[in-house]
Amino acid sequence: MIRKSIKSRRARETRLKIYGITSICFALIMLATLLISIGLNGYSALQQAYFKVDISVNMDKLVDESGTINKNKMNLFNWDGLVKSTLREFFPEVKERDEKKELFAIISANAGYDLKEIVKKKALGSGSHTLSVWLHLSDDADQYLKGRLSIDIPEEDRRINNKQIAWVNSLVERDIAKLKFNKTFFTSADSREPESAGILGSVVGSALTLFVTVMFALPLAVMASIYLEYFAKPGRITDFIEVNVNNLAAVPSIVFGLLGLSVFLSTFGLPRSAPLVGGLVLGLMTLPTIVIASRASIRSIPPSIREAALGLGASKMQAAMHHVLPLAAPGILTGTIIGMAQALGETAPLLMIGMVAFIIDIPTTFTSSATAMPVQIYMWSDSAERAFYERSSLAILFLVAFLISMNLLAVMLRKKFEKKW
Amino acid sequence: MPNLPVSLVFFMLVGISLFFYFYSKNNILKKAAFVGQRSKALPSHYGQQSFLWAFIPSAIILLFLTIGGPNYIDQLFYNKIQELNPKLNPSFVSLILAKVINVSNGKIAAGDEKILTLASDYKAALDQLYFYRGLVVILCAALVGMFVSSLQSPRANARENVEKFIINIFFVSAVIAIFTTGAIILSLLFEALRFFSLYNFFDFIFGLHWAPNVAIRSDQVAAAGSFGMIPVLVGTLLISFIAMCVAIPIGLFSAIYLAEFASPRTRDFVKPTLEILAGIPTVVYGYFAALTAAPFFREIGFSLGLDVSSESALAAGAVMGIMIIPFISSLSDDVIRAVPQSLRDGSMGLGATKAETIYNVVLPAAVPGLVGAVLLAVSRAIGETMIVVMAAGLSASLTVNPLDSVTTVTVQIVSLLTGDTEFDDIKTLSAFGLGLALFFFTLLLNIFALSISRRLAERYD
Repeated sequence: MIRKSIKSRRARETRLKIYGITSICFALIMLATLLISIGLNGYSALQQAYFKVDISVNMDKLVDESGTINKNKMNLFNWDGLVKSTLREFFPEVKERDEKKELFAIISANAGYDLKEIVKKKALGSGSHTLSVWLHLSDDADQYLKGRLSIDIPEEDRRINNKQIAWVNSLVERDIAKLKFNKTFFTSADSREPESAGILGSVVGSALTLFVTVMFALPLAVMASIYLEYFAKPGRITDFIEVNVNNLAAVPSIVFGLLGLSVFLSTFGLPRSAPLVGGLVLGLMTLPTIVIASRASIRSIPPSIREAALGLGASKMQAAMHHVLPLAAPGILTGTIIGMAQALGETAPLLMIGMVAFIIDIPTTFTSSATAMPVQIYMWSDSAERAFYERSSLAILFLVAFLISMNLLAVMLRKKFEKKW
Repeated sequence: MPNLPVSLVFFMLVGISLFFYFYSKNNILKKAAFVGQRSKALPSHYGQQSFLWAFIPSAIILLFLTIGGPNYIDQLFYNKIQELNPKLNPSFVSLILAKVINVSNGKIAAGDEKILTLASDYKAALDQLYFYRGLVVILCAALVGMFVSSLQSPRANARENVEKFIINIFFVSAVIAIFTTGAIILSLLFEALRFFSLYNFFDFIFGLHWAPNVAIRSDQVAAAGSFGMIPVLVGTLLISFIAMCVAIPIGLFSAIYLAEFASPRTRDFVKPTLEILAGIPTVVYGYFAALTAAPFFREIGFSLGLDVSSESALAAGAVMGIMIIPFISSLSDDVIRAVPQSLRDGSMGLGATKAETIYNVVLPAAVPGLVGAVLLAVSRAIGETMIVVMAAGLSASLTVNPLDSVTTVTVQIVSLLTGDTEFDDIKTLSAFGLGLALFFFTLLLNIFALSISRRLAERYD
C-alpha cells in the first residue's frame, strides 16, 4: 500500500518541479520576447535613407565684407528652393503643380535647413563652390526603402503612392539615394520630422536630471542612515522615521510627481520642465532606496571596528566617519547605483512636472526646458508616424543596455568589495 | 548694479567659508601659544567650526531668498497690476503678470507701452533683489565667520561643538523622510479639499459616472463634468486583478523552485536574469503592451470570433503581470528561505517527501510573508502608471469585461495634468482628489503588508 502511495507522492513532487521550471521559463521567454521584439523593431533605425545632391553655392551672397558668414543672409537665402530645384533636375518630366508637390514629399521637409547647417559648418570662403552633400529623404521614403511600409495595401491607404515609389526607386537605381548610418539620431534633439529627430537632447536632459538626483539624494541618505544607525535614541521619533522611510519606498512614483507639481512648481515657483525640478522629485523618490541600502551596508560592518575606534578614544562621530563609513562605502555606492538606475527609467513623475514638452534644443542648464530618455520614448511611441516607432525602439535598446550595465556594475562592485568578516 | 547670479554667490560663499576654515585652523595655535596652553581639540576642528558657522546660516538665507524672493516680487507686481486696473478679475491679472515676466525675459515681444514699462520695472526689481541677495549672503558669511573665528578659544572644545552641530544636520536629513510624507499628504489634501469645495465628496467617492469634460469658456454648451470615481476604481482593480492572475502563480512557483529545488548554479543564473526583468523601465513595458501585446490579443480574439478592444484591459494587465513577476518571486524567495531549516528537517525526518514538506510545512510557515509580498505587489500594480497610460483606455466605462477598454486612476491623473491646464481648474483639482485616493489606498496596503511581514520575522527570530 505504501509503495503504491509513494508513486503518487513522487509524482506530486515532479509536478511541483515542473510548475516551477515552467514558470521560470515563461518569465525568461517573456524577457526574451520583449527584448527581441523591440530589437527587431528598432535595429533599422540605425540606418536612414539619404540622397546625394550636387549643389553649387555662391558664397559671395552669404558673407560679409570681412568674409565671415552673415547669419541674416544665411537665414534669408532660399535653401529649400535650391534643394528642390536640384531634385527636379533628376526628374525633368515633372511639371504640374500637384506632381511637384508629390515629388518634394519624398525628401525631408527639413532638407533646406540641414543644407544651411552643413554650409555653415564648412565655413567656405567667398566665391562659388560646388558641394556634394547627403540629405535626408522623408520618413515615408525611408520606411519604404527599409521595407517597413507594405505596398500590398491599396494606393489610397498608403502614406506613399506609386509615383513616389517609382521616383525613390529611380533615385536608388542611379545610386543617388541609399541607406546610410543614421548619425542624426545620435547628434540631434527631438523634431517634428522623424528623419531629423535624435536622442541627444533627451540624453543630456537625463544626465542633468540624474546629476541633480545624485547630488540631492546621496548626501542626505548617507547622513540620515548614519544618524539612524548610530545617533538616534530608540524612541517614537526614530520609529516614526523608520516607518516613513519604509512606506516612502513603496509610494507610487506618480504621487511624487504630484508632490513636485504642487510643492516645487506652484508653491516654490520653480520653472516647469526643468531638470532641476525633475532631479529633486526623483531624488525624493530614490532617497528611501538609498537609505535602506546604506543602513544595511553600515549594519554589515562588524561592531568590533567601531568599538576598537571608540576604545582608542575616538568620539562617536569620528568612529562613524573615519572608520565605519569608508568600509560601508562600496555598499552605499551599490545602493546608489541601483537607485539611480531606477530614477533613470522613471517616467510618470516627470510627466507631472511638465518634462513631456516638445523641445528641439539640447538643454544646457539645470533650469532650461528638457525631456528625459524614457519620456522621449513615451512621446515617440505616441506619435502617428511609423518612423518614430523604430526610433523609439532604438532609444529603448540604448536605455535598457545602459540600465543593465548599471545594474551589472552594481553587482560587480558588490562582489568585488564583499568581505567576510 | 553688478549682476550676481546664484551660482556665483554660492561659490563666493564657499570661498569665504574656506577662508575662515584655514584662518581659524592656523590662528588657534597662535592663540594657544599666547595663552600658554594646548588647545583642547585639533586645529582642524576649530577650522571646521568656523566653516560650518560661516556656511550653513548663509546657505539657508541664500536658498530662502532664491526661492522666496522672485515669488515675493511676483506678488508685488500682481498687486500693482490690480491697483492699476481694479476691475480686472484675478485670472486675467495673473495672465498679464505672466506676460510681463515673459517680456522681461525677452521671451516674447511686448505688445503695448504699459506692459513694456512694467516689464522693465520687473527686471529692475529682480536685479535689485539678486544684488541684495548676494550682498546679504556674503556679508552674513563674513560677519558670522569673523565673529566665530575671533571668539574661538583654545580652552573650548571645538570638536564637541562641531559634532553637536553635525549631529543636528544628520537629524534634519533623517527627518526629511517625515517631511516628504507630510508634504505629500498636505499637498494632496490641500488640493483635494479645494476640489471637494467645488464637488461633493460623496458624489466623488460613490459616483458611477466619470466624465471630466468641463466647459472651457463659460458660454460654451457642454456637460457640467461628473467626477464619480467608481468606474475608474473598478478599471484599476480589474487591470490589477489580471496582473495578479499572471504574476502570483508564476512568481510564486519560480520562487519555490529557486528556493527549494534549484542547484546553486541555476540560481546564480536565473536570479540575476529575473532582476533584469525587474530593472526594465515601465515605459518599455508600456511600449511592449501598446505595440506588441495589444495587437496580439486583438488578433487572437478576432480569430476566436471575439471583439477585443485595441486598448483592452487584458493586454495592459498581462504585461503588468509580467513586470511584477520578479517583484513577487524575489520577495517570496526571501520569505521562503527565511523559514528555518529545522522545520524542513523535521518534516523530512518524519518521512515526508519534499513536495509534502513544501506544501504542508514550509508554505504555511511562510504564509504571512507571502501575503505581505502579494499585497506589496498589488499596491505596485495599482500605482503603476506608464503601462496603463500607453496601453489602457481613457474613457471610463463601468465594466469587468477584460476584453473591453477600461481606464485607471493613474491614467486619469496623467491625462488631467499633462497639457496646458490652469492650476485651479476643477479638472486639475480632481486629479489631486484621485491622487489622494491612490495614496491612501497604497499606503494602507503597504502598512498592512509591512506589519504582516514583520510578524513573520519576529516569529522565527
